[in-house]
Amino acid sequence: MHVSNKYNVPCSLPRHLALVVAAVAALGSVTAAADTTVTVLRIESSSAEKRYYEEVVAAYEAEHPDVNVEFEYLANEAYKTRLPTMLQSSQRPDIYYTWGGEGLRDQVDAGFVRDLSEPMRDGWQDIYPESAVRAFTLDDRVYGAPLYATVVGIWANTALTEKAGVDAQAIKTWEDFENAVMVLREEGITPLVVGGQDGWPLHFYWGSLVTRLAGGEGIEAAKNGENGGFEGEPFVRAGEMLQSLVELDPFQPGFMATSYERASGMFGDGEAAFHVMGDWDYLPSKQRSVSGEGVPDDDLLFVPFPEVEGGEGNAQSFGGMNGFAVTRDAPDEAVDFLRFLLNADNQRKAAATGIFVPVAEGSAEALETPYARRVAEILDESEFHQVFLDQALGTSVGATINDISGDLAQGVVTPEEAAARVEEAWQFR
Amino acid sequence: MTTLDRTAVPRRGNADRVKKGLVSGKFTALLILLPPALILFSLFVILPLADAVYYSGFSWNGYGAPSDFVGSQNYQRLLDHSVFHTALWNTAKLILVSLLIQMPLALGLALLVYRKTPTNTLFRLVFFLPYILAEVAAGLIWSFVFDGDYGITSSLLHAMGQESVYVLADHQWAFPAIMTVIVWKYFGFHMMIYIAALQGVPKDLVEAAKLEGAKPRQVALFVQIPLIKHAIVVSGFFAIIGSLQIFDIIIPMTNGGPSNSTHTIVTYLYSFGLSRLNIGFGSAAAVVLFVLAIGIAFFYQRTTGKGSKA
Repeated sequence: MHVSNKYNVPCSLPRHLALVVAAVAALGSVTAAADTTVTVLRIESSSAEKRYYEEVVAAYEAEHPDVNVEFEYLANEAYKTRLPTMLQSSQRPDIYYTWGGEGLRDQVDAGFVRDLSEPMRDGWQDIYPESAVRAFTLDDRVYGAPLYATVVGIWANTALTEKAGVDAQAIKTWEDFENAVMVLREEGITPLVVGGQDGWPLHFYWGSLVTRLAGGEGIEAAKNGENGGFEGEPFVRAGEMLQSLVELDPFQPGFMATSYERASGMFGDGEAAFHVMGDWDYLPSKQRSVSGEGVPDDDLLFVPFPEVEGGEGNAQSFGGMNGFAVTRDAPDEAVDFLRFLLNADNQRKAAATGIFVPVAEGSAEALETPYARRVAEILDESEFHQVFLDQALGTSVGATINDISGDLAQGVVTPEEAAARVEEAWQFR
Repeated sequence: MTTLDRTAVPRRGNADRVKKGLVSGKFTALLILLPPALILFSLFVILPLADAVYYSGFSWNGYGAPSDFVGSQNYQRLLDHSVFHTALWNTAKLILVSLLIQMPLALGLALLVYRKTPTNTLFRLVFFLPYILAEVAAGLIWSFVFDGDYGITSSLLHAMGQESVYVLADHQWAFPAIMTVIVWKYFGFHMMIYIAALQGVPKDLVEAAKLEGAKPRQVALFVQIPLIKHAIVVSGFFAIIGSLQIFDIIIPMTNGGPSNSTHTIVTYLYSFGLSRLNIGFGSAAAVVLFVLAIGIAFFYQRTTGKGSKA
């Protein structure tokens, strides 16, 4: 984290940092004059994923000797806060990582993003499912291309659930889930771990419930202020359902002081029966466990988030849609490289290495683990893939949603107050 | 002398002064020596400050130039925001704890270890050690200490047959825990100021008091402390301004949580302004913080300045 000592004046950081960055860039750009350099900025990722990009880049550079592709990585939080500055500086990356949604809209509105509608509609987007392209479409123009999708579900440790006589595979509805939690609690097993300190893991509950209750269309309508906006019935109801779960004392003690990483390791150590988390947690929870082995595959299940009674979005999914956008003044080679990086062949290779669940149609067949294949199935069956609310609604509203999810989990706000705070944040975004 | 002449006098005086300055080289020295400091100060303090004031009038997410002028809306929202009230109150608590607990503690210890002996040097080092630690590192260390599963506090409680307490996840205890850490972190700094001042107190005054039959407590109370009043005033100033700026310890310990109950003004402006990309809103918080700091500094200097004259 970058921490300045001049706390009382940090808000002018973007402009002045931009000047410094520009000066440094001017000094450094003398070297590669003859070739075209395409820079890609991505959030810090696993070494396996970095290796994968290196291979793709090597293959591309072999075909295009005059193009030089460079990947740069920034840690998650640093990426989010520095991207606005970088986009406005002359050190702007040519291609950058994006979650789509309102965050991308801000960048598009400010004129930093290249319109990819033409190449995308020229056969490129045909290899992706429609919902993946939609995440990067704003007002009918396409501003990004998808890399991979993630889905939130319930990771279950069947060794623990069976001890309590709970059939994790049979959890279909919210009632099933609450019953399972109750039984586990009675048997002295911690039902759920959650990394409450980070906020977003708790938003997975509220967000999943909202998606189930309102569906993608309901969320879109709330954005337009219809049906009471974010104070409407499904949003209050999601808070009520989360609160009724909380009344069962489902989480590990002190869950608000647990980070996501810790929670993930605790699940790997078998300290709780369930972890409501994204599919990506498969390897991390193993690596973060004390033994390094995590929950053995024989005892591990990935169950879709339960359905709710009368929900509009029971056939939909909730998770991430991550991709890349191209900046305004990037060379045409950047678009060409991105198209290469995200083509069906390379997506299949990514699937084969198991680093993520790619979106290109047909690439899921190459997935090695049953969990990844299950995720691909869920995505395939899903009518609509709702992107994480803390990303889809923009940084500010997203942070508020994370806050109210934590407050609901601790029982310090009513569902009505929580919904009102989201609506207020949306009004003032 | 006529009235006309009188108005001409200062003008002539100014011209004379300028001429004198040019001849003596004072003016040249001014031209050479002033700009570096002035430019640096304007570039890194005045300009960003003016920017912050300007941005605080806009609803702006940091992209492009700010264009959506909203007047005083950011300030209105800030003053209405319950989390900001909590942050203000927390900052006030930090100031009180610094003044009423940290400074007396530092003063007491300084009186115990100010004499130059080898054991005192060792103690001074030990007491000063927390101050040397980087803030973020100290915050992380203490977050492990307070950990409900593996931390020292929970081991102690277990040893006494009690249940674990998750201090940093608890609305009631998270901020007292932070205040404890802040006292622990900075008392050594204040102690050092007092030690330096105590060593400057003339020995004959202390001896004279002793000859008169003053007990050590009386010597401290009636001779030493009054003589180091200037140092206490300075350390009080540092304590207040430091409390207004607390940030790096809180982020690794609680990150402002649970439920935004442990924010200070600075962590508030960081998480609600910068991380949420509400640059205009964050600027408004920054301006409020600046006005508070300047106001307190001004008030403090005036009141303590008057006191020492009396």
